[in-house]
Amino acid sequence: MTAETVVGVGRRAAAADFRTCPYTGLKVDAAAQTLIKANAVAAVVFLLIGGLMGLLVALTRWPAVHLLPADWFYLVLTGHGANVLLFWIIFFEIAVLYFASAVLLNCRLPAPKFAWLGFALMVVGAIITNVVVLQGESSVMFTSYPPMMAKPNFYLGLILFAVGALIGCAIFFATLAIAKQERTYEGSIPLVTFGALTAAIIAVFTIASGAIILIPTWLWSLGLIGEIDPLMYKVVWWAMGHSSQQINVSAHVSIWYMVGALLLGAKPLSEKVSRTAFFLYILFLQLASAHHLLAEPGLTASWKIVNTSYMMYLAVLGSMIHGLTVPGSIEAAQRKNGYDKGVFEWLRKAPWGNPAFAGMFLSLVMFGFIGGISGVVLGTEQLNVLMHNTIYVPGHFHGTVVTGTTLAFMAGTYLVLPLIFQREIVWPKLAKIQPYLFGIGAAGISLFMMGAGTLGVARRHWDITFSDAELSFAHSAGAFLMMGLNGVFAILAALGGAIYVLVVVGTVLFGKKITAGHKLTFPLHAGGGAAVSQYGSHATTKLPGTIVLVAIFFVCFVLYYFINWKYLSELWLFR
Amino acid sequence: MAVTPPAQRIWWNEPIERVELTWVIIAFLWGLFMFGFMIAWHFIGGQNLSREAYRIAPSKYEAKVEEFAKKHTVREEKGVPVVKPPAGSDIYILGRLWQWWPILELEKGQSYRVHISSIDWQHGFSLQPTNINIQVHPGYEHVITLTPTEAGEFGIVCNEFCGIGHHTMTGKIYVTEPKRAESGQRLADGR
Amino acid sequence: MTNETETEQTPEHVPMMQQILDNPFLLLFLGVTIPTVLYILWGVMEVASIPLAD
Repeated sequence: MTAETVVGVGRRAAAADFRTCPYTGLKVDAAAQTLIKANAVAAVVFLLIGGLMGLLVALTRWPAVHLLPADWFYLVLTGHGANVLLFWIIFFEIAVLYFASAVLLNCRLPAPKFAWLGFALMVVGAIITNVVVLQGESSVMFTSYPPMMAKPNFYLGLILFAVGALIGCAIFFATLAIAKQERTYEGSIPLVTFGALTAAIIAVFTIASGAIILIPTWLWSLGLIGEIDPLMYKVVWWAMGHSSQQINVSAHVSIWYMVGALLLGAKPLSEKVSRTAFFLYILFLQLASAHHLLAEPGLTASWKIVNTSYMMYLAVLGSMIHGLTVPGSIEAAQRKNGYDKGVFEWLRKAPWGNPAFAGMFLSLVMFGFIGGISGVVLGTEQLNVLMHNTIYVPGHFHGTVVTGTTLAFMAGTYLVLPLIFQREIVWPKLAKIQPYLFGIGAAGISLFMMGAGTLGVARRHWDITFSDAELSFAHSAGAFLMMGLNGVFAILAALGGAIYVLVVVGTVLFGKKITAGHKLTFPLHAGGGAAVSQYGSHATTKLPGTIVLVAIFFVCFVLYYFINWKYLSELWLFR
Repeated sequence: MAVTPPAQRIWWNEPIERVELTWVIIAFLWGLFMFGFMIAWHFIGGQNLSREAYRIAPSKYEAKVEEFAKKHTVREEKGVPVVKPPAGSDIYILGRLWQWWPILELEKGQSYRVHISSIDWQHGFSLQPTNINIQVHPGYEHVITLTPTEAGEFGIVCNEFCGIGHHTMTGKIYVTEPKRAESGQRLADGR
Repeated sequence: MTNETETEQTPEHVPMMQQILDNPFLLLFLGVTIPTVLYILWGVMEVASIPLAD
């Protein structure tokens, strides 16, 4: 079987137009390069729209500001969810998939016309959904739980977007097949590509689930189907809603490895362990969709426990492994780069002034400590009742999707700009502080929302003073303080986000064209693509710094876990 | 590097560093513990969400709640009946746009079979400041055996988005001290 | 087809686990089947088995 029959309308290898990257030595297919650019640009556009909406949400939930009226608040909140949780993230992920397949494997992208079709569908779908949300009457939140109904185009836009993304995944798999057939690489695919493969597999499951539930819901909104069972909807919808965020996890972990490799020459401590960790993601990560159904009627404890624990926490094991191997590989590389003094010289002398590294490392730390720990606690069968649907939930997922994924994607962008757009980053001083500003802002948002949720504040709620309610209820002063601080940190994060958009747009439009041999403002590791030694920990088997970091993480994890059980045990009794 | 194919063709047989192996074992055991603890809490814990649920037509559920309220109403508050059911009985809460209905008066330390459902959209039953949060679906009647462990006035907030009036959807539960203690107190006062 | 080229290319014995991890389409199959069975099918069956109220 030839590559052509695999992908239908493919190009012959000879027809593809390659250039060689002067910094990494990689062969870059022109078609892949243009597609990566297009997807990255679309991603940033939707980040801008969604981020702005997010700021409006946070300013409305700041009790002292209370910016928007209720109808606008719910409208903007619906748009915020769709734009950042879906459009920004998936566009960027498609760019990551094309990069990790075509570029890293020195391969052409098969059927670029199909890839463009997918891109067009995604753009059209995203625009349709945005328009219908802005028209009002579709403020059903991102989750669109029936029997609440949006206009048909709300679902149609999402379906088109999903079909487009599915085409992107198909192109990724086809590229893997072709690269293997045309032997553009030796042996196994690189670890980063394996991580991208993990993301693509989860994406296929995600999109298929989305189709299963959104197509009938669309028909229902058109009046062609009588009823959608709300509980059934929720089970299947979350196979999409939560798994889509697991695509993020796999993609941003890949980016962690990639940034470590390109900036510091880091190698995985062991291919076996890191790949097994991704393999655990492939098998079990999607089961965590059950996190959203722990407070639901009618589901058995067995189903809840097996699924919410990602099958005995084996996917959490995967994340904890990455939590050691990513900083571990960086420590090993840095020690080899000459920073071998004491426990933490490797970390102190890391390139903190390079926004790609700063963003990546902050993402790693905050994803683990904020998003990761809170996710396991929130997803514990019984503990969930303490926080279900409180603003703790958005607190948690801003810890994963914003401090984790978005920050990692921003860090990745600082590599994409010079390597794919071939433009020198404009305003390097602004770019330098950007990850810190955004990271601190996002961490604040996450922590204060989690704090407010612990005090009972509801998510997706316009007025926590309940001033219009018949029966009044007053939240504690602490809850109001937390929501105010959330607003303050949202402004910080928005500032960081605005600088990011500014730097990206400025670079794409006005950045100096990079010519071969040019010294980059934010240089890559001198080793380029060449391997310094076979394995990361070679000759530096001791990683004391990483051990300390991991030990601190573990202690925090265990303490926070048991504190929540103590809270739970003080509740009213129910069974 | 992580962006290049593994240096060895056969990488599966490479040895694992001690630090990695130790961490894998610790993380695996911790996962097993957390998994076991969820199961264990079903036996040792007092807070486990019931599985008991039934499909029911919203109109039928509404009728059940109204009958229940009629039977046990003791007074009214802002037009909403305050219902004081006997200890240990079946009690009903209705979520609708935009209120939790009726107001309940329960006794501390007594168990009640609480039925919860919605007659329109999904709602989030959020008992505050206790912070017990349960999802409420139209068409499904969830039955939970609930035992208040503290006395006082509690708010019910809706924490699932249910339209433009979502933030006005509240309810109330009063929990009174046990009767026996109350009467004992009165006796003591009398002397 | 892929396996043939592989054996041609690498005479050494590739361990079973590495063969699995090197096969994207097998991984795709596993990654879609496991959650479909454990999460969706099992979950939908549980919802469907909720009894009617009397």
